Amino acid sequence: MLLNASGCLDALTAPDVARALDAFVTKTVTPLPRDGNTPVRIAETDVGMLNSIGLANPGIDRFVTRNLPRLGELGVPIWVSVGGFETDDYAEICSRLDDHAEVSAIELNVSCPNVEAPAESAAQIVAAARLATRKPLWAKLSPAVPDIAEVARAAQAAGADGLSLVNTIRGLKLDARTLRPVLGPGQGGLSGPALRPIALAAVATCYRATQLPIVGMGGVQNGLDALELIAAGARHVALGTILFADPDAPARVRAELHTAGAERGWRAYEDAYAVAHEEALSVGTTLDDRSSL
Amino acid sequence: MRRERLKVVAGEEVGPYTLVRIERGGLDPGAPGQFFMLEAPGRLLPRPMSLCLAPRGELAFLIDPIGPGTRALCAMEPGDHLQVLGPLGNGFRLELDRPLLVGGGIGVAPLPHLSEALKQPPAVLGFRSEWHAQAAELVPNAQTCVEPTLVTQLIPEGMDVLACGPEPMLEAVRAVAPDAQLAWEAPMACGYGACYGCAVEIDGELKRLCVEGPVLCAA
Ligand SMILES: Cc1cc2nc3c(=O)[nH]c(=O)nc-3n(C[C@H](O)[C@H](O)[C@H](O)COP(=O)(O)OP(=O)(O)OC[C@H]3O[C@@H](n4cnc5c(N)ncnc54)[C@H](O)[C@@H]3O)c2cc1C
Ligand code: FES
Repeated sequence: MLLNASGCLDALTAPDVARALDAFVTKTVTPLPRDGNTPVRIAETDVGMLNSIGLANPGIDRFVTRNLPRLGELGVPIWVSVGGFETDDYAEICSRLDDHAEVSAIELNVSCPNVEAPAESAAQIVAAARLATRKPLWAKLSPAVPDIAEVARAAQAAGADGLSLVNTIRGLKLDARTLRPVLGPGQGGLSGPALRPIALAAVATCYRATQLPIVGMGGVQNGLDALELIAAGARHVALGTILFADPDAPARVRAELHTAGAERGWRAYEDAYAVAHEEALSVGTTLDDRSSL
Repeated sequence: MRRERLKVVAGEEVGPYTLVRIERGGLDPGAPGQFFMLEAPGRLLPRPMSLCLAPRGELAFLIDPIGPGTRALCAMEPGDHLQVLGPLGNGFRLELDRPLLVGGGIGVAPLPHLSEALKQPPAVLGFRSEWHAQAAELVPNAQTCVEPTLVTQLIPEGMDVLACGPEPMLEAVRAVAPDAQLAWEAPMACGYGACYGCAVEIDGELKRLCVEGPVLCAA
């Protein structure tokens, strides 16, 4: 499946872009409405971008009464990204979403770099959410931890059905003239191509640690980038920053993914799932040999 | 909203600015005050630009080379290609009795297209230097001033003001013409409501300028 990364698309403003995906992931919803951080909230860096949006969202009440019914009419499966400041926040929102048929899955944003949260452990949040809903639960993890395999295993033990990898990591940009931070709050979350090798490593590590289904994301620009995430162990791929530059990216990446898979000898690109973990092709084996298998 | 890969026709110097003319392809030029996202060669994110002129079969943008993205755009050669998305946002309201265009610096960019649509109403333009003021050539019926004179000193009473320029100028215009339509700027990553980077306070709430604006009513 091809999805968007949470916070990288508004399906109500750009419904056609959302419909080009296999599922739409909402911006993170919190218990109360949030305006988000003060501007400036985005800045381009050398090989990525920083954002400090700060979980701007209408809050769960307005989300459920106003946004969800309209999202349900889009004809695309809806995943709701859920955030909070303590474990109870996540549990409360999950139970509110539980009997809404429009919601296909819940992604637990346990790792937003833009909110100063008391760091409840990912596993505690997943466990609380698990008691509150029967919906499939995907835990979105940060790669900025000493051992992501440990976090992934704990999330699995707490009842996560899958993992979303990875969230942005903290970065800072200074104005070249004033040497002061460009972003209003100072630091922000780094996304884009700079994140891609980090995302690949996290996907490969968590695949080995848990074998849970994974939505891979981080810097995907084209079909080959998506294929690499699949090869590292991602079942699904989400598009993030590329959607800002190219609203036609869903259809383009999907087409490139088929081509990139076929060029490497895979009948369907899904067949490349986790091949990065197989033994390397023996010396002397060429791509052509592989294609003729 | 449509995205196409289009060919650069020409880049013409206008004082410190460059008028980048691009083949129109299948894109609609939109209403004056609307903008396009232009791929900036070598950069990750596109850059928002107001449409300056819509010559037959072309789209033209007046660009101030202030940073890496705008410098790359100004350096494009005829025959180069770039991705263009648009038209985006909300433009100026045009049913007005006594329109007056007010522009400051690179804020003159959307005024030539607007002037055409309003049948060349009077305009007052302010610039930092005589060199910058060469951009006034693009706006018919314009009275020009150079710092330390400010455009706000040239605005007569009782006019329907349509303005674009730096934030301090827009604030000053708003003070003398409370009903003015003002074209604002904010850093934009996407231009179509996806990134929430362009949020500004509108009616006491943070709203996305690319969706609600960039032209807003002062009142
Ligand atoms: C709706 C809209 C229409 C615009 N129309 C035009 C136009 O017709 N012609 C034109 O030359 N420019 C226009 N701009 C501004 C232009 O988009 C920015 O100058 C450009 O994005 C800067 O990119 P850069 O890579 O050159 O510089 P950057 O390195 O991105 O920025 C250089 C400096 O400018 C600041 N900056 C960047 N973007 C903005 C912004 N949007 N508002 C205020 N400060 C900013 C940065 O903080 C930095 O200090 C428009 C902006 C908007 C939002
Ligand atoms: S520029 Fe992305 S939401 Fe406005």
